Order: sequence, then C-alpha cells, then structure tokens
Amino acid sequence: MNCEEATKLMDGYLDGELDPITSQMIEQHLQECHKCDQAYKAHALLIRSVSDVTPYYKAPAGLRERIQSSLREDVADRSTGIVLRDTPLLHQSKQSEPRAVLFGTQWSWLALAATIVLAAMIAFNLVPRLQRPGADQLLATQLIASHVRSLMANHLTDVASSDQHTVKPWLDAKLDFAPAVVDLSNEGFPLLGGRLDYLENRSVAALVYQRRKHFINLFVWPKESGVTSADEKITHQGYQLVHWVDSDFNYWAVSDVSNNDLQAFKQVFEKQLQQR
Amino acid sequence: MAARLKAEYASVSEDFDSSTKIVKFVPLKNEEQGAAQKQELASFEALMLPHLDAAQNLAKWLLRNEQDAQDVVQEAYLRALKSFGGFHGSNGRAWLLTIVRNTSYTLMKKNRAVDLTTTFDEEKHATDHESVNPSALLEQIEDAELVREAMGHLPAEFREILVLRHLEGLSYKEIADIAQIPPGTVMSRLARARGKLKECLAARIGKEK
Repeated sequence: MNCEEATKLMDGYLDGELDPITSQMIEQHLQECHKCDQAYKAHALLIRSVSDVTPYYKAPAGLRERIQSSLREDVADRSTGIVLRDTPLLHQSKQSEPRAVLFGTQWSWLALAATIVLAAMIAFNLVPRLQRPGADQLLATQLIASHVRSLMANHLTDVASSDQHTVKPWLDAKLDFAPAVVDLSNEGFPLLGGRLDYLENRSVAALVYQRRKHFINLFVWPKESGVTSADEKITHQGYQLVHWVDSDFNYWAVSDVSNNDLQAFKQVFEKQLQQR
Repeated sequence: MAARLKAEYASVSEDFDSSTKIVKFVPLKNEEQGAAQKQELASFEALMLPHLDAAQNLAKWLLRNEQDAQDVVQEAYLRALKSFGGFHGSNGRAWLLTIVRNTSYTLMKKNRAVDLTTTFDEEKHATDHESVNPSALLEQIEDAELVREAMGHLPAEFREILVLRHLEGLSYKEIADIAQIPPGTVMSRLARARGKLKECLAARIGKEK
C-alpha cells in the first residue's frame, strides 16, 4: 500500500469500518511510513477531540409531552373514524408557519400515493379479467393499460400538436417505421399529438385524438407479413377497442367513447388515408 | 397496523343462530378498536421515545433553529406512527432518524435553504490554515462554541454525516441508510466533511489571532 491509498482509507481505519485485510495493510503501512503515521495520529486525535466537544442538543423539557399528546390525539382521531381529521392539517388548530408548509408538502405526497394506488387498483382489476387465452386478449390488456396510463400519468402526448406535419416527422425520427398521421378535425376528431409507447415487445406510435371530452389513443405499428384482414372490436370494462390493418400497418384504437363513435373514427381515418 | 387488523378480524363473532346457522359479522366495536390502537401506540412509544434526544439533536443540527427542530421532530413522530406498521427491524433509532432527516430536508427545501444546493464556499474558507500548528488547533478545539460555529458553517450533508458518526456513533451502514447514499460513499463523504471541518476550525483560529 502506498501513501496515497493509505490517506484515502484513513477515515475508514479510524472508524474501524475497514475489512480486516485492508485494515492490516494500513497498519503495516503506518509502521513503515513515519509521515503517514504522524498524519494519522494527528487526524485521529483531532477528530476525537472535536467529537468530544461537539454539542449534543437534547430534547427540551416539554417536547416529549407535546409529542405524546399529539400522538394520542392522532390515535383518538383515527379511532373515531373521522377520516378528514386524520389529515395533519386539521390535526392541530394552532400551527407555526413551518408546520403549515410541511403539511402542504404532505398533501402532494398524498396525491401521488393516491395516483399510484388508483393505478394499481385499475391494473389489478383489469388484468385478471382480461387474461383469457388468446393473443388478442393479452394485447387488449396491454392496450387498455397503455391508454389508461396515458390519461392517468398526465402523459398523453410526447409531442403536442394538432398539426400532422409536426407530429409525423417527430414520430418518424423516433421509430423505425413511418406511420401515417392525419388530422381529423373536420370530422370531429381533432389531433392532439403523438406519443411513443411500447407494446408487443416493440416501440409503437400512439396518435392521440379527441372526441368531445374523450380521448382516443390510436396505436400504430407495422403488421406482420401474411396478415390480410383482422377487423375486430372488443369491449372491456367500458373501454372500446377497434382493430384493423391496412397494407402496411396494424391499427388499434382504444377509447371510452361509444362503439359507434369509434367505428366512425376508424372510417374517417381510413377515408382520409385513401384520399392522400 | 398489523395489530389493529388482527383485532378487526378477531371481532368477527361466530354467533350461531340456532335455526339457520348463519355466521354473523359483527362490526368492530369502538372500544375494541380503541384498545388495539392504544396497544399499538404503547409499543410505538416504548420503541421510539427513547430516541427523542437523537431526533432532536439531528433536527437541530440540520435546521440550526430550535423552533423548526422541535416542529420537525413532532411531525416526524406523527409520520413515524403512521408508518409504524412498516417497521419490522430492530434498529428503532436509525429508522426514526431516517424520518427525522427526511422531514428536516422537506422543511429545508421549502425554506429554500441555501445550504442544500450551494457548494461549500472554498474561497472563503481557504485561509492559510497550514500556518496554524496542530497543537494550537488542538488547544482551541477545547472550545465547544468554536466547534459549534465551525460545524454550523458546513453544508447540510456534511453536518448530517458528522452528527451521525461523531455524536450518534452510527456505523457506516446505518449512516448510508439514513442519509440515503450508497454505503461505498460514506467513508469518502465523511473524510471530506472532516477535512472541511478542520479547515473551518483553522480559519477561525487564524482569525482570532
């Protein structure tokens, strides 16, 4: 061991936190190297002295009682079943400024936690019901999950634009295929943007359209050769899924709009493509 | 939490109706629920209140303000009680200190405490401490006020690690858990913190001369 290594490990050695072998190597180095030995001794003495005189702030009188009574209050509130009072904000009527600030933060954590719980609940409820044999069913599960997630996590679009000439180049640059992007505003399905998603073990394009207050996720990816027609519609948990293929691509539209609306969406989308 | 759940299930009484033999589910009585919660609170207090001084010490060193420290400690105890069901370990002090630490940082971030982000001002503290001889430094270190002041000027991550090691005598593993850093970086951070502390002390002694 050289001086540089020994210096680096000195604090670990001082704290007795090195493994026995390394510890022995340092010891040996300190025996051989007077300079390092002196440096170590000075360092150890200084650190011990500093530790000895560093003030230790004990809890002031009364804090224990205050904490105990606030814990009691918290338990009492919970046992009376008043859920609202379980929130810290109402917990104590008189609050100092930092306290209020702290609780403000806790609310945003609550919101995050609630989101996660909701996501888990939906995922756990959806997945078992959809898991019937069949590749399409499995895919439908994935599609709905992607759709729900896109709405829930506030991540509807990666590129937000109603201009198909903005969305298409963006997607082309991110994918190894070039999906057709059409704006259907005139038909009542304005384009909101595009997003990357991951389905069937590959990156896919998700085009996002709006129908009144509802959103439609249109997932697009290249179809496998040999598939000629695969028109299909599935309904699950209030979500509609419509599937079709054209010469190049697989299309899956997912939404909570009515089945008629989604079929209409499919027709105008296909019509627009043909007109191009 | 577990105790409370158990109590709820225990109260499902098998009240057999003689003719129909239907198991009735009796809602949990408030008293029973209350008893379970009291029991949970008692075990929480028994495990956590002994570490009140450690909690206060860490919060005070991090926040450098008595009132904030007390608020944070009280808040940390309430948070700890809420997640007490998730505590299965034996190291109550480290578990509580993790909560105290996180609660302190939440407040520091809210207060936009500059010392969270600003890097240590090397220029200001890079006085010629080399000229101070070690024995003079040692002598002065007897002065607790000097040490307190020097430590108070270090960034929060350094104050925290010095308090956990020097005042609580915690192991590197425990420090890593509390400060939420990889165990491998505890030694290097501690070494840097000690180096800066020495510099700060030397600078202060230089000034006094």
